[in-house]
Amino acid sequence: MDPRLGTALIVLFGVPAVIVGYIYATEVLLRGAPERLKPRVRPWLWLAPALLFLFFFLVWPTILTIARSFQGQLAGNWVGLDNYAWFFTSGEALVSLRNSLMWVVFLTLFTVGLGLIVAVLVDRVRYESVAKSVIFVPLAISMTAAGVIWRYMFEYQSPGSPQTGTLNGILTTFGVGPISFLQTQTLGLNTLFLILVMTWMWTGFAMVIISAALKGISVELLEAARVDGATEWNVFRHIVFPLLLPTIAVVSTTIVITALKTFDIVYVMTNGNYGTDVIASRMIKESFTFGQLGRGSALAVILLLAIIPIMGVNINRFRAQEAIR
Amino acid sequence: MTAAQGARRVVAVEAKQSAGGTLLRRIALHGTLVILMIVWLIPTVGLFVNSFRPPQDINSSGWWTALFPPENLSLDAYASVLEGTDIASGFVNSLFITIPATIIPIFVAAFAAYAFSWMNFPGRNLLFVAVVGLLVVPLQTTFIPILQTMAGFGITGEFLSVWLAHTGYGLPFAIYLLRNFMGSLPREVFESAYIDGASPVTAFFRLALPMSVPAIAALAIFQFLFVWNDLLVAFVYLGAVRPENLPMTVQIANLVNQFGGGIELLGPAAFISMALPLVVFFALQRYFVRGITGGAVKG
Repeated sequence: MDPRLGTALIVLFGVPAVIVGYIYATEVLLRGAPERLKPRVRPWLWLAPALLFLFFFLVWPTILTIARSFQGQLAGNWVGLDNYAWFFTSGEALVSLRNSLMWVVFLTLFTVGLGLIVAVLVDRVRYESVAKSVIFVPLAISMTAAGVIWRYMFEYQSPGSPQTGTLNGILTTFGVGPISFLQTQTLGLNTLFLILVMTWMWTGFAMVIISAALKGISVELLEAARVDGATEWNVFRHIVFPLLLPTIAVVSTTIVITALKTFDIVYVMTNGNYGTDVIASRMIKESFTFGQLGRGSALAVILLLAIIPIMGVNINRFRAQEAIR
Repeated sequence: MTAAQGARRVVAVEAKQSAGGTLLRRIALHGTLVILMIVWLIPTVGLFVNSFRPPQDINSSGWWTALFPPENLSLDAYASVLEGTDIASGFVNSLFITIPATIIPIFVAAFAAYAFSWMNFPGRNLLFVAVVGLLVVPLQTTFIPILQTMAGFGITGEFLSVWLAHTGYGLPFAIYLLRNFMGSLPREVFESAYIDGASPVTAFFRLALPMSVPAIAALAIFQFLFVWNDLLVAFVYLGAVRPENLPMTVQIANLVNQFGGGIELLGPAAFISMALPLVVFFALQRYFVRGITGGAVKG
């Protein structure tokens, strides 16, 4: 326990002291500087820690990874586009591409759709906060724990023996199945079942943000429409939904990025077996299990390329927001 | 402001009572919501019940058979997880990783956010947009080069490596969130402080930081959940070199991947790992929506 005690002390006192000390130190340093120079230098001193972290952990590695993706298993062995050619010709890599596309489409549809429905419905009941908490809590659970939880949902025992999985328990009561959910590769159904797990986790995220936007819509506006004889559906279709669209766009963007980066659920539930690999899990496999750092880097670059259009949309949105401020 | 909100609330409650209309509609509304809530709870309830059952029962019958009447439920599995596996040390490791990895990015981001909102320098907006653009760099892109650099410094496997990594990865979101909030604070407060001779350091610690508590709380929840629940970063930077430093998530994942024995340990292990995030979430929940939507949705 002794070395741990030392770590604990560093954790609780050393770290905050260093950070706060830094800002005071910059002010002491600036004291000697000419008055004219201070406002010009100071912002960069305040930004320096953040910019150093961002450069070291995000910008520089991205540049290196792009370079590494043009090299073979051994660094320095330049192979041109071979790793990319491998990606588009290897069956396993193409399966991961298909699965990642499925994740993007279905996870976004399910979470945003359900989140919208729940947000609109809970707005009309008195147990709103309870309902919201129930839907939101899975987001606070680690993907590892979620993987364990859903093992007991999907579990499969051969026909005839008592089913231990919740879903197969329900199905066999009605005389259907049992189905081996995570081994069913037809039409990528097992990937779809994995997406359901993430849907269970992320619907709460979509719901909370859409619900906050919903509260921002003027109640008087909706009442006026109702007084004029609009049905609930028409109020939703022609007033609420258009006003929610910018928020829905923000939520969708976040979820698309989450879907592309998906790794944990696949790793914990199937480890990518039975054709459930996604690009991110394939990338980890190639790099750390097979030692194919070139291929792994190429997979990471492909992920980055897929995300760039979304980054473009995001930056435009921030520019527009800045213009209003 | 409070009066207007009160009026809004009254209108909203009246709308809640009048909406729904016919009985049939109200049944459909409550029915849908109750079914959704049950569906959302069942997976967790299943694991919860199984975490009290002996392994032979878990493997031979569904969790629902143990409920009516309750049979064979005990805390044995929790005891053997805490005594027989590394989960207890994993819990401590998770704390050692999560606390600094939450504090460091909040401070570093707060400094940057303050500079972005209340200091003038050329290229300010362009730099901010670039920082926010980094939100979408996939973590996977960065592992291999950082791992090599860290190995050069000899810190792979040490807690320091994951503290720094989580700080780097968390910063774009943290800066975005805090800058949105700090930028919306009233200008006059800072101007009068400067006129009274306060230095930027004083204005930051005495004004900007205390006034940004809702956003900082929301950020703290996000970053805490993100780091506590992280599997990938810990797996990559700690896993190969110092397995004894691994957090709970990786250790549970390893239990899961060892098919066969020890299946009864999964449930208790998962619940032990969930306990702290749930407490943090419910304790700080009220800041949540206010903090994240402070800049985006003006209600």
